[in-house]
Amino acid sequence: MPAADPAVKNAKANSSTRLPELSPQQKIELFRQMVEIRHFEEKAKQAFQQGKIKGFCHLYNGQEAVAVGSISVLNEDDAVITAYRDHAHALARGSDANACMAELFGKITGCSRGKGGSMHFFDVKKGFYGGHGIVGGQIPLGTGLAYAQKYLGTNRVTLAYMGDGAINQGAVHEAMNLAALWKLPIIYIIENNEYSMGTTIARSSAGDPLTKRAGAFDMAAIQANGMDIDDVRAKTFEAVSLARTESQPTLMEIKTYRYFGHSMSDPGNYRSKDEIEARRKSDPIELYKARLLEQKVATEESLNAIDEEALAKAQAAYDFAESSPEPAIETVYEDIWTPEDQIPEFQPSQR
Amino acid sequence: MPTLTYREALNEALSEEMERDDRVMLMGEEVAEYDGAYKVSKGLLKKFGPKRIIDTPISETGFSGLAIGAAMYGLRPVVEFMTWSFSLVAYDQIVNNAAQVRYMSGGQLSVPIVFRGSSGGGLQVGATHSHTPENWYANVPALTVITPAFPDDAKGLLKSAIRSNNPICFLENEKLYGYKDEVPEGEYLVEIGKAKVRREGSDLTIVSNSGSTHRALNAAKILAEQGISIEVIDLRTIKPLDFATIAESVAKTNRLLIVEENKPFAGWGAQVAYQVQRELFDDLDAPVHRLTSLDVPQPYNGRMEQAVLPNEDRVIAAVKEILA
Ligand SMILES: Cc1ncc(C[n+]2csc(CCOP(=O)(O)OP(=O)(O)O)c2C)c(N)n1
Ligand SMILES: [Mg+2]
Repeated sequence: MPAADPAVKNAKANSSTRLPELSPQQKIELFRQMVEIRHFEEKAKQAFQQGKIKGFCHLYNGQEAVAVGSISVLNEDDAVITAYRDHAHALARGSDANACMAELFGKITGCSRGKGGSMHFFDVKKGFYGGHGIVGGQIPLGTGLAYAQKYLGTNRVTLAYMGDGAINQGAVHEAMNLAALWKLPIIYIIENNEYSMGTTIARSSAGDPLTKRAGAFDMAAIQANGMDIDDVRAKTFEAVSLARTESQPTLMEIKTYRYFGHSMSDPGNYRSKDEIEARRKSDPIELYKARLLEQKVATEESLNAIDEEALAKAQAAYDFAESSPEPAIETVYEDIWTPEDQIPEFQPSQR
Repeated sequence: MPTLTYREALNEALSEEMERDDRVMLMGEEVAEYDGAYKVSKGLLKKFGPKRIIDTPISETGFSGLAIGAAMYGLRPVVEFMTWSFSLVAYDQIVNNAAQVRYMSGGQLSVPIVFRGSSGGGLQVGATHSHTPENWYANVPALTVITPAFPDDAKGLLKSAIRSNNPICFLENEKLYGYKDEVPEGEYLVEIGKAKVRREGSDLTIVSNSGSTHRALNAAKILAEQGISIEVIDLRTIKPLDFATIAESVAKTNRLLIVEENKPFAGWGAQVAYQVQRELFDDLDAPVHRLTSLDVPQPYNGRMEQAVLPNEDRVIAAVKEILA
């Protein structure tokens, strides 16, 4: 690729490199997003236990500040891609909670028409490119989104998320090399929740911190506290600015923790209740709530009201999903191929 | 009509399609400054520049996945594998991402991409470099698999493949790059999913593809001198399979030999044999016969490798066995 196209250079002059101060409304909005995600996940958990959601279902509780904080510094036309623990990223991108819940229920109203399930949410109109089930496999794809953003001179950027376990996949290293080599506007975000299924980071990954992996590629690297949404925002903003103004990639490691099992099928015998209880004390939502109260941005009652609304919204999503129709079995043959326009004789219906 | 090598025909297709649409770009190992490991991309860097003819590191997973992501975003990448044997390193990206994201997203995404490169045995490059993986990819729903045997088809099918809005595996044949034949100039498209009768005959039908089509045609010539009339169908596209053309021929000759370089177990020929027995049982005067590579890894030794491939002698012996 050429070193820098004109669109990227112009943007450098225009775009601010300081994280804009949030208005009280914007702060409350971030709080609302985190709370909505938490209630959505609680509702999904309940629905799974009722047998309404099948397969694998990976919950995000404890990690809310990562998706909400990092996505909050993007523009609407930037791109996001992640692994299978994907509900929060879709919701933070603005996906409809009803469509997300309906996808978990496998309904035709789901965000992937019931064909993706929990691990494969998509909402391309919102710049959300999935939802990917193969550990690390989404990272080359995200790198390609950034490649196309640059090729087309869009001045957009991509956030590509992965777990701490994914960082050991070859695909991730291959992609990071390409991004550094070709100066792609991408931010790789490791959501380090200390476990890949039941394997602690100490048993999976040589080299601490994980950001060291960027060094070999001369790639910028930065760590953030994933329990503190303001820190996530500040650090992601730095990385996004570097991508947007210099078209340079960054590897971020955001330290976080998941409260529930790896998936709904995991009883979690590899860690103690005490450990989880201790970690819940630095809950990202509680932390932010305390900060908003301290800053007098909101009152206890108003935040509690948001909590109530979020609960009602999750319930409404549940009701919507439950009352939605199943996909007609014939739709199993739909969405395989894109219709042809340049070779019209070779239509999907003829294959 | 000009005479071109298979290699030149592919080059012409790439060049014409890149001129037509600037979202089309070519990416792979040694495609730019080296002019391609098999010189298929010769001169393209000079013509289109480094933004569109991109040398990659040796990183098949990385650049295949990147190209799929770029296709999801609206580019129309052509990815060259130095050989399809090396595509195994990118298998996950092709199978799980290129072939599944449209479906898993409920139709939100398109993946207009062509994976292409050389394949096949016969050049004594050993087991790791001699695969014919068309059946492995044809087994994946949503993938279209094309294996041209002649320069005109190489050009016309590659142009169609690049214009498709869907993921395509385009398997060239290493032994055919130097093969010369007439190729129509300029706008010449061959329809994907259509087989072609390359030789007409009445005693027996051979269905083959890629290098095996040439083996079949050579054998048919020798057999003709012995008074045996063979019809040779070149599949061209493995999937979707053009069963109608096969059926028409078998209904006429009543005998079918399948010649494929795949290893025997679940090669594409097994699918053809299944469909023929299922739909044309009453038309058959003899059991369907499949001639494949032997079920062993590819040996380096030249005589051994020739014995492993479905060579002309084996084709002739199989025909005689069916007609006996
Ligand atoms: C290639 C591959 N291998 C194994 C799995 C099974 N698997 C799913 S998630 C997971 C753990 C991943 O952990 P991490 O990357 O830390 O992400 P987290 O679950 O913590 O979000 C494993 C082993 C898979 N989906 N894909
Ligand atoms: Mg983890």
